[in-house]
Amino acid sequence: MKNFYANRIGLLTLGLTCLLLAACSIEPWVKPYERANLADPIMSFSRDPISSSYINHVYQAREGARGAEGGQGGGCGCN
Amino acid sequence: MGRVVAVAATRPSFVKEAINTRWGVILAGVLGFCVPLMAAVLPEERADALYHSYSGGGVTINGPSILARKTLGKKVSVWGNYYVDSITSASIDVITTASQYTEERTEYGFGVDYLQDTSTLSLAFSNSGENDFVADAVHFSISQDMFGDLTTVSLGYSRGFDDITATGNDGFERKANRQNFKLGISQILTKSFLMELNFETISDEGYLNNPYRSVRYLSGGSYAYQGEVYPNTRTSHAAALRAVYYLPYRAAIKAEYRLFTDTWGIQANTIEAGYVHPFADDWIIEFTYRYYTQTGANFYSDLFPNINAQNYLARDKELSTFTDSTYGVSTSYLFAKKGWRFIDKGSANISYRRILFDYKDFRDLRVQGYAPGTEPLYNFSADVLQLYVSLWY
Repeated sequence: MKNFYANRIGLLTLGLTCLLLAACSIEPWVKPYERANLADPIMSFSRDPISSSYINHVYQAREGARGAEGGQGGGCGCN
Repeated sequence: MGRVVAVAATRPSFVKEAINTRWGVILAGVLGFCVPLMAAVLPEERADALYHSYSGGGVTINGPSILARKTLGKKVSVWGNYYVDSITSASIDVITTASQYTEERTEYGFGVDYLQDTSTLSLAFSNSGENDFVADAVHFSISQDMFGDLTTVSLGYSRGFDDITATGNDGFERKANRQNFKLGISQILTKSFLMELNFETISDEGYLNNPYRSVRYLSGGSYAYQGEVYPNTRTSHAAALRAVYYLPYRAAIKAEYRLFTDTWGIQANTIEAGYVHPFADDWIIEFTYRYYTQTGANFYSDLFPNINAQNYLARDKELSTFTDSTYGVSTSYLFAKKGWRFIDKGSANISYRRILFDYKDFRDLRVQGYAPGTEPLYNFSADVLQLYVSLWY
């Protein structure tokens, strides 16, 4: 069983390393000037943190599941 | 505070537990932990004032929440949050085993974000207190933009420390510790398509059940009650995938799926879909549908066959098998879009959700005339209202 997990972790590490090395040469396929749609507030996963945190609280208090609720998002990713 | 019959009162244990996990959510939003696409810039300077109201299943909870964020220089942003739950509970648990109670819970949180090139470091503290429960927590996270700012990876870690007492039982003092591990990946797929993937593992250790809650067991043709007994550890894993797509006519559709599993035997699935539509320049309307389903914990039973039937015992309906469905609508009105006095813009918002809970293994004991275990299954609906104003400056 120990070997099973060791192999899995090794493969995962190898895969991630390959991914990172490959990604170093990635040319951004969405240029900063093409991010107008992404920057629109309607594209945010949660426009208002105060509201989304409250709603998540409502569900957490009444459901067994918890975690990975996410938060606000969206924006253009450009400085 | 103000508990009518505090000794016997019961309340959802997950309300307690959620106090800590709630802070994870606040941090996700407020600190930008799960804000990969914005990670390379400090969060906006804004202040929000919210009134919230929940009403359903005999429980009424309302109160204010205030959140403010301020940038200091070019690299530092600080925030503070104040939140109150004023609770009046005559839930089915309270009605069947105790008496109505009222109480108040207050939370404080503050934190700081530090921006360095394409990385954001965040540190935060939080405190939640009520008459028989105090939760402190510290949170740390780091997010990093990469691959031409198309991808952002976030890592987070939290520790929580709970002190639990029981009103009317002076000698009762218990502790619980919690750890949260988070990983978030956000990806720009096209100029109109965003996706994010979040993982979170939460590990609890200590006193995890509710000192007021009971289970029922068969006794001489009827049933009797004994206290709940939960395991002292719990580890859960959650993974969520979210996507948002910009439609050609300036509107957005959203979709989300979350998978959950834990060492108590609960498995849950959540799906959510939304549609956001701006209109008349100053308005945004959003429609939401959400569906949730879970299996019950291994040690849950609506009716145990006898006293001390097994090592662990639970009859918390949040640990049973059930589903819930949500229908929601929210509207925002944008004002002062060109600035006014010290503000850059503002919004006034109203949000309403109706949630329908349908339990598959939790029976309604308020109904008389049934043999134990044959009572009708319980269900209820809840109305959730939010009114809030946001100012950017």
